[in-house]
Amino acid sequence: MRANELQAIYIMWMRQMKRFVRSRSRVISMIIQPLFFLIFLGVGFRNVQMPGLEGSFIDFLAPGIVAMAILFSSMFAGVSVLWDKQFGFLQEVLVAPVSRFSIIIGRTLGGATTALIQGLIILIISFILGVRPSSIPGLLLAIVFMILIAFSAVGFGLVIASRMNDFEGFQLIMNIIMFPLLFLSSAFFPVKEDMVLRTLSFFNPLFYMVDGLRGSLIGTENSIFSPFMDLVVVIIICVAMLSLGSYSFSKSEV
Amino acid sequence: MNIVETFNLTKRFNDLTAVDHISFSVRKGEIFGFLGPNGAGKTTTIKMLTTLLNPTEGTAKICGYDIVRDRDMVRQSIGVVFQEPALDTMLTGRENLDFHARMYGLSREERTTRIEEVLKLVNLVEKKDTLVKYYSGGMKRRLEIARALMHFPKVLFLDEPTLGLDAQTRRTIWEYIKRMNKEEKTTIFLTTHYMDEADFLCDRVAIIDHGKIIALDTIPNLKNAIGNDVIILSCSQPTDLRKRLEREDWVKSIEQHNSSLTLGVEMGEEKIPIIVEISQKIGVKIKSISVRKPTLDDVFLHFTGRRIRDEKDANSSLEKRSSFRRRGV
Ligand SMILES: Nc1ncnc2c1ncn2[C@@H]1O[C@H](COP(=O)(O)OP(=O)(O)OP(=O)(O)O)[C@@H](O)[C@H]1O
Ligand SMILES: [Mg+2]
Repeated sequence: MRANELQAIYIMWMRQMKRFVRSRSRVISMIIQPLFFLIFLGVGFRNVQMPGLEGSFIDFLAPGIVAMAILFSSMFAGVSVLWDKQFGFLQEVLVAPVSRFSIIIGRTLGGATTALIQGLIILIISFILGVRPSSIPGLLLAIVFMILIAFSAVGFGLVIASRMNDFEGFQLIMNIIMFPLLFLSSAFFPVKEDMVLRTLSFFNPLFYMVDGLRGSLIGTENSIFSPFMDLVVVIIICVAMLSLGSYSFSKSEV
Repeated sequence: MNIVETFNLTKRFNDLTAVDHISFSVRKGEIFGFLGPNGAGKTTTIKMLTTLLNPTEGTAKICGYDIVRDRDMVRQSIGVVFQEPALDTMLTGRENLDFHARMYGLSREERTTRIEEVLKLVNLVEKKDTLVKYYSGGMKRRLEIARALMHFPKVLFLDEPTLGLDAQTRRTIWEYIKRMNKEEKTTIFLTTHYMDEADFLCDRVAIIDHGKIIALDTIPNLKNAIGNDVIILSCSQPTDLRKRLEREDWVKSIEQHNSSLTLGVEMGEEKIPIIVEISQKIGVKIKSISVRKPTLDDVFLHFTGRRIRDEKDANSSLEKRSSFRRRGV
């Protein structure tokens, strides 16, 4: 790879960092929303008994909320290519002597980084709220999961951005696809004991992300598969999403 | 030497042929204008030449590189200012330039000196650390022009560089365009539907209509093609005078707009007394009369039978919208 391409990846990434820092209200709302979920659900259902729930509810919930925060903000980062398209900036990028591949890498790295920062903030806040990681290697594996979730969702965002021409389409996808998948992913409540939910969740890509993150972060009592099995599935999902995302992006017209 | 050459360049969108087998060449160092009404195919041509769209048929060469096969080399050799604004408004002016410089692989030293240089060229040095969203429309346009120059392109494409700007800003932008053509020896390919713009800037002009080139020449030659002066007069009974003048064989063309007549003639100055005499004879009072050299507007009329302005009026709402977009956000 030429030095030129590395420069391009760097500056694409840097641009998104700058935009991230400068759009404070968006960042705050993207952190506040999952935080409210965590605090109100976590504290509100503190003493609730659920079938299949081991230990405290907030421990169970925290990984789900972290996954949700990363998913939404990376998807948004992927879809924000639409902004560039609408405001013409995409043309400036595409007319530069830089390969489409580097452009996609830069874009994905930028989006994933911003989403990870938000995910880490939620994670730290959940530690403050009393959630404890099971072990140091577990925590590290959890961070690997967070990275994979971020990249997969940016990829998915890129697919949407290449197929749609406005944000209404994105809203629609969020409401009719992402929310149901998220609710059925065991992010908010266990699906272990209900055979129908449990079977359905095996077809839900988000389930493996949440299950793996939970298993590695707080221990395997509440997860269905072992974190390593989840890891394999999530890596496959991630590679598929990124390939699909870059393919759609490189084919889309300005 | 030809720096841009097209060979039957064609683009079809479904049933619509937006660009229809055009072949022309741009010489090194000149300012070449593409002049045509809305929807003529100017932007589509630029998008093909700048590798953003694939031609349906035919091809083109820029600095000897094929626009389909040697995209990277073409991209390396050109600078583009798009019709629609293409800045990141959440970045400062300097950051936009820095983004561009790195995308084009400029070294650290090149970046710092060149950013200062182009900012100076378009008079934006004081504004460099302001977010672009706080720039005026004209400032944004100047920044885009500066940016397109960052990497020393051999050819600069400007798609409607002054669309939606006020008269004074247009003037300044014209000055910058002239200056970079002279000082940086950049070949310039620009599109416009403003006659005065092409008239002021371009060495040679191609007139494009419905995707086809209908005339291509230097501006003096195009004007000579009409072979006459234009006389404009306003009078009391224009219809009577028009009917009378139509009988004179030295009147090449005559047109009536409300109370004014526009005539195409040879040696205009000598025809004025004759017209005055005729109108006195038939009792028509002339309020004013003047001779001018034909403009590109007249040239367009001559070649297409239509005035560019007629279409522009029909599309004025569209134009307003795009100028609004440029200022907004
Ligand atoms: N992506 C597209 N899909 C379908 N039709 C298109 C597309 N882009 C342009 N056209 C059509 O091609 C024709 C030429 O458009 P183009 O934008 O090249 O015109 P133009 O000369 O730049 O006009 P203007 O002065 O308004 O900018 C128009 O009829 C336009 O509707
Ligand atoms: Mg156009």
